[in-house]
Amino acid sequence: MDDIDRSLLSLLEEDCTIPLHNLAVMLGCNEEEVAGRKKQLEEDGIIRRYSAVINWEQVDKGAVYAIIELKVAPERDHGYDRIASRISRFANVRSLRLRTGTHDLQLLVTGKSMQEIARFVSEHIAPMERIRETATHIIMKTYKENGVLYVEREDGQRLPFSF
Amino acid sequence: MLSVKTDNDCHSHSDQKKRDFVSERAKIIPPSGIRRFFDLASQMENVISLGVGEPDYSTPWHICDAAITSIEQGHTAYTSNAGMESLRCELSRFLQDHYQVEYNPVNEMIITTGVSEGLDIVIRAIVNPGDEVLVVDPSYVSYSPCVTMAGGIPVPLPCTEKDRFRLTPDVLMEHITPQSKVLVLNFPNNPTGGVMRREDLEGIADVAIDHDLLILSDEVYAELTYEGKHTATASIEGLWERTVTLSGFSKAFAMTGWRLGYVCAPPEITAATLKIHQYVMLSSPTMSQYAALEALKHGEDAMREMIREYHLRRNLFVDGLNRIGLTCHTPEGAFYAFPSVKGTGLTDYEFAERLITEAGVAVVPGSVFGSGGVGHIRCSYAVSRQELSEAIRRMDEFIRSLP
Repeated sequence: MDDIDRSLLSLLEEDCTIPLHNLAVMLGCNEEEVAGRKKQLEEDGIIRRYSAVINWEQVDKGAVYAIIELKVAPERDHGYDRIASRISRFANVRSLRLRTGTHDLQLLVTGKSMQEIARFVSEHIAPMERIRETATHIIMKTYKENGVLYVEREDGQRLPFSF
Repeated sequence: MLSVKTDNDCHSHSDQKKRDFVSERAKIIPPSGIRRFFDLASQMENVISLGVGEPDYSTPWHICDAAITSIEQGHTAYTSNAGMESLRCELSRFLQDHYQVEYNPVNEMIITTGVSEGLDIVIRAIVNPGDEVLVVDPSYVSYSPCVTMAGGIPVPLPCTEKDRFRLTPDVLMEHITPQSKVLVLNFPNNPTGGVMRREDLEGIADVAIDHDLLILSDEVYAELTYEGKHTATASIEGLWERTVTLSGFSKAFAMTGWRLGYVCAPPEITAATLKIHQYVMLSSPTMSQYAALEALKHGEDAMREMIREYHLRRNLFVDGLNRIGLTCHTPEGAFYAFPSVKGTGLTDYEFAERLITEAGVAVVPGSVFGSGGVGHIRCSYAVSRQELSEAIRRMDEFIRSLP
């Protein structure tokens, strides 16, 4: 992992559709080298996948997102890992983290309606052994996601010419 | 009742005899060579402007926030003439850490309202009428007019493409006369992107010392150096005592509108400059000084991020220019490419004018920056990568349309 790899990762994180030629020119190496580095980063699991950042709130007016916080009794030898692995298999769990603070696990969950999320929590999550407490927070509006602003903001204006 | 002056009221005085109130000094300053380009750009839609001389980034938010907080806390009074002591101390540390130059925050530094003000007051503090001031050419447009306004005589020093737009000792020597007093350097250079490496500056140092010249070194693009590290003029042996370092926050921290720069110089020059500063400016904007303090303390990550991006854009853009036949040396600093348009058979003015009207890309003709810029255009790559690619596409189409 050198400076070129790091630069390549930042470029791809920002826009993974940049043509190989442009990546090579910007990084100052040839296309084969960039392709090789990219492949290596993929194989090492550093690049997990290529995807788009989509403002679903704009597409799917009724979709609901919720943050669910869980207090969990950890298991001997496994800590939080086994229950986390079990929860992470639900397709509607978009992200899952172990964190410090009042709760242990934090999930981002999607659903078609509030009822669907309520059912998921009460039927699938809360009944699990070792879950001691749940707290569900419905997301009202997203302002920024993955470093991308979701709210329109007027850019500052520059003079067309300045010295 | 409020009385409003109408056009008629104004015109009623027009018959009265009236002297020409404009000073001779103001008259000899040439008008901006680019006025009509402004007009052309404003008439057109969807223009990609590579004519800009400032970052496309907004000031990093934590810097803006520091200024807002300072206003909330009521820090809205003048600061000391030289600028806030805390800012000067932090700046002293920054210059030491980055460029290994030592300036005492007490008597060797002034915080100015942009480098523009710093340049003006330093020149007024050091130039006597009739003194010759050697100015690298091409370079930023303000040096010569400031020299002229101070009664000095600007003498251009051609820096050519074959020397990678650096100043050579030979060129300097050729232009020295008994009246030569000051040498103005501007590296990384606007408009060429040329830089002076340590060995280049050492070559100049001998000449400057032999001929007892003072060097005014405008290093506002210092942080934007892409190959290796910037060498400060004052860090060269024997030059500190005959160098005035001018720089500011505009380019590296994306803070052009805050109008904040600095002058660092040996104590006697600082004292003379401070006298002028105190009468023409009193002190630089207080909220901007708080912003700059935050920039120096915590702004380096954001700065590095922006510099990394300019570096990538430079590679992309210069590759594009060379591909479409506008030969361009690789600029090692600042955020300008300075390709030659001689191969197109057009002058730089013609090229720039037709490029904006026929292709919707705004660039600055090189001759605006002195006779050394003839036959070149200045293209700023402080615009998004998408716009740079589109600009290259349009320029390619334009060049192909030429006979």
